[in-house]
Amino acid sequence: MTVTTTGDLPDEVYDVAIIGAGVVGAAIARELARYRLRIALVEASNDVGNGTSKANTAILHTGFDATPGTLEARLVREGYQRLTAYAAETGIPLEPLGALLVAWDREQLAALPSLAEKAARNGYDETVILDADAVHAREPHLGPGALGALEVPGESIICPWTTTLAYATQAVRAGVDLHLNCPAGAITTGADHHEIATPRGVLRTRHLVNAAGLYSDEINRRLGHEEFTVTPRRGQLIVFDKFARGLVDHILLPVPTALGKGVLVSPTVYGNVMLGPTAEDLDDKTATGSSADGLASLREKGARILPELLEEEVTAVYAGLRAATEHGDYQIHADPGRRYVAVGGIRSTGLTASMAIAAHVAELLGDCGLDPGPEREIEPVRMPTIGEAFPRPYQRADLIAADPAYGTVVCHCERVTRGEIRDALTATVPPGSLDGIRRRTRALAGRCQGFFCGAAVRAQFEAATAAQDRTEARR
Amino acid sequence: MTPTDRTHRTVDVLVIGAGPAGLAVAARLAAAGVDRVEVLDREQRAGGIPRHCDHTGFGLRDLRRVMTGPDYARHHIAAAIRAGAVLRTGVTATGWAAPRTVDITGPTGLERITATAVVLATGARERPRSARLVPGTRPAGVFTTGQLQQAVHVHHQSVGHRAVIVGAERVSYSAVTTLRRAGAEVAAMVTDQPRHQTHPARHLGTRLRHGVSLVTDATVTELTGRERLESVRLRHRDGRTAAIGCDTVVFTGDWIPDHELARSAGIALDPGTRGPATDPEFRTGAPGVFAVGNLLHPVETADIAALDGRFAAAPVLRHLAGVPWAPGPLPVRVEAPLLWISPNRLTPDGPRPPRGRFTLRTTRFLTRPVLTVSQDGRTLHRGRLPHTAAPNRPFHLPADWIAGADAHGGPVRITAD
Ligand SMILES: Cc1cc2nc3c(=O)[nH]c(=O)nc-3n(C[C@H](O)[C@H](O)[C@H](O)COP(=O)(O)OP(=O)(O)OC[C@H]3O[C@@H](n4cnc5c(N)ncnc54)[C@H](O)[C@@H]3O)c2cc1C
Ligand SMILES: Cc1cc2nc3c(=O)[nH]c(=O)nc-3n(C[C@H](O)[C@H](O)[C@H](O)COP(=O)(O)OP(=O)(O)OC[C@H]3O[C@@H](n4cnc5c(N)ncnc54)[C@H](O)[C@@H]3O)c2cc1C
Repeated sequence: MTVTTTGDLPDEVYDVAIIGAGVVGAAIARELARYRLRIALVEASNDVGNGTSKANTAILHTGFDATPGTLEARLVREGYQRLTAYAAETGIPLEPLGALLVAWDREQLAALPSLAEKAARNGYDETVILDADAVHAREPHLGPGALGALEVPGESIICPWTTTLAYATQAVRAGVDLHLNCPAGAITTGADHHEIATPRGVLRTRHLVNAAGLYSDEINRRLGHEEFTVTPRRGQLIVFDKFARGLVDHILLPVPTALGKGVLVSPTVYGNVMLGPTAEDLDDKTATGSSADGLASLREKGARILPELLEEEVTAVYAGLRAATEHGDYQIHADPGRRYVAVGGIRSTGLTASMAIAAHVAELLGDCGLDPGPEREIEPVRMPTIGEAFPRPYQRADLIAADPAYGTVVCHCERVTRGEIRDALTATVPPGSLDGIRRRTRALAGRCQGFFCGAAVRAQFEAATAAQDRTEARR
Repeated sequence: MTPTDRTHRTVDVLVIGAGPAGLAVAARLAAAGVDRVEVLDREQRAGGIPRHCDHTGFGLRDLRRVMTGPDYARHHIAAAIRAGAVLRTGVTATGWAAPRTVDITGPTGLERITATAVVLATGARERPRSARLVPGTRPAGVFTTGQLQQAVHVHHQSVGHRAVIVGAERVSYSAVTTLRRAGAEVAAMVTDQPRHQTHPARHLGTRLRHGVSLVTDATVTELTGRERLESVRLRHRDGRTAAIGCDTVVFTGDWIPDHELARSAGIALDPGTRGPATDPEFRTGAPGVFAVGNLLHPVETADIAALDGRFAAAPVLRHLAGVPWAPGPLPVRVEAPLLWISPNRLTPDGPRPPRGRFTLRTTRFLTRPVLTVSQDGRTLHRGRLPHTAAPNRPFHLPADWIAGADAHGGPVRITAD
């Protein structure tokens, strides 16, 4: 099992290198790990899932509202099936809550039948149109004025952090080399292999997959391609305290109209309620900050949808950047001559589609001359339970009896135990920062944001990192 | 062992939270001869917040001397144990199985404890940056005072070189002391009020000793920096904007009670304090459940919290003796610019609050305001405060008027002008 964070890259020629360990890159690595191939997953930052994959609305979409006939429509539909099954197998928190597309005016109400029709064209037949009374019966805390809704029972909420981590963990355990802190620079493509310059030395690979998210257009250009340009579209989100969870039972989606997508209100698998996202076209790929205007507009919209929500405390505010392009579809292209596949423009559905994108990319690599050999079984993974719909370690007498560290709560707001933090620190893919601990365990993610446990969690992290450094130095 | 195995016990009094308030009530009850008084704390060490307030200023009103926070915590721990209370740390009350039955997680397993009386003493916390909706990036270097103090005094961690402190109340000045102790420079204190809100001597001392400048009438509009904080942007009331370079920012004050357990029991909260609504006998709306300390008034000093505990012992004893549960039916509400009042329920022919007065907060400076108490349009009391009411500092309202309230009337209203 190899995860590297420093030092020279191994001196070998990989069969496949994947640039970018977001949910898409990690899914591709996992898919290819099912074959006897030498695979490198290289990531610029200190952790997997540290880009757009960590900051989204965490919905597993049925694909009911995709544009029929597009690649995105197909991959979202397939990805939904695959990830639903994979989540059950690996313990990724997932709750099939169902969505209501709530119509707040005549125009939106009139749009519901055509949305149901579109869903059917996307192969999704389970939508139901509800009248105002039925909507309020299902969501008693909804603001006044809802005229009706389209119910989409299959829409689910999922943990985006565990998803990426599960893929990466399984891939690494099956033999994939994960190189963190390893930004890919200049690329030289030879007759037999690519040479990719990184600060940690040259990475050599016969086949190359570009899953660099917001930067996929730049990598694409280095290979001589100009199919797309990424324009980041920022989405800001507000996460409310768990006490808000009782206010809402479904994912409350806006009805898409000519004026854009609007904002949603949705429970999270951690038991919070989320409000967002905004949609702002920017030109800075690092602009993941929130803005006063953005937050004010979200609060104004949220007040209409679920008035009581705004009386609850805010736990977190964050923003993610969608990798939007000038095209209306994913930008997945193969260049067989260069043994190269670009996976770009994975805008606002990449979490859902990840496993299907991975399967599609594996096929395209075949077209690029990759002979993967026979498929093999890879070891299943089981991820720690960080969703509220399942018993957490602090609620498990059997776990605590076996190891009292699961009975010692460190992060009080999220009830994260010393045992869980220790496990995360010694896992196959360990966290590179306190943020990484937060995404793996939820420690520091609660209402106090570290008032009570910030220093203690940091101490545990620093002790583990120091121990690791000592082992590495001895080696 | 199955995943849901729990041991089940009963005690006379279960106190949740071993800060000054919880320890004080436990000590009094045990000393009064209550057989089984158990105090739980989810931290590894008892003592509550004073545990990591490594500066002087504790104990004046309850112990009649001044000591450091850790010494003060030790004093109350020793007193509770000496009196015969059982003190357990590293155990968390996670929820309720029945009205006076609490579920608990600790390293020895899951427990369920049923008590004749439950006393909630879970304290308060500062609102973090996110809850204050301060926009910008999410870099490292953003603290609350609670986190800062534990980082410096308990874990000896580094906290940065140059800090901005948001807030200029008592706790903000503690943050200055802690930062200086950790070797950090304090670039500025920022308050949205026109003046600081601590004792003038404290402010002057801080200015002279540490050269800290105070920026008044200004709000934080943005944090910048990617990995690490780079600056804090401000907007003054008159529209001017500024940026202060710093690698650390401490959000101080802006307290909210840690009311999770109270709320998950369905106990009504007071809209002002956001803690459980309580009467002068520390009774919540749930039979047998009392609340004390900063859970009720976010926040008072530690000695006031401890005095709560002391005063609450008698009503708890009455409850144990079988006196029927009849919490004050009348809500007491404040109107803007007042922020909260405590206690905030009363019985007209019942006892007055401890020390014969209510405690209040205002959201802005009020120069010698006239406080009016009324019910259904009828004035029960009107009086001028002999001093300025400052935000983030307590002021008091005498309670002589409560016998004049109508037990069957509407809420009692407090206004200031
Ligand atoms: C606000 C918002 C809401 C969303 N909601 C949903 C939703 O509800 N459901 C859903 O399915 N999808 C949703 N999405 C979309 C989803 O988050 C993305 O499609 C998905 O995360 C994209 O994953 P990725 O791996 O392509 O990109 P990323 O996660 O950005 O990963 C790319 C990785 O490549 C790395 N990288 C870049 N350049 C280099 C280089 N030169 N060398 C090495 N590494 C490099 C980056 O560091 C990064 O880790 C949402 C997106 C946003 C912004
Ligand atoms: C930075 C700072 C400086 C201060 N300086 C001073 C000063 O100089 N002088 C002064 O008099 N006061 C000072 N104070 C205020 C003082 O600390 C508080 O008034 C006092 O601690 C309040 O006591 P309490 O018992 O109500 O709550 P806390 O001290 O907050 O104790 C509550 C306890 O409840 C526990 N708890 C909560 N929930 C649970 C649960 N579910 N299960 C088990 N246990 C739980 C907590 O772990 C905690 O130990 C300061 C406060 C701060 C933050």
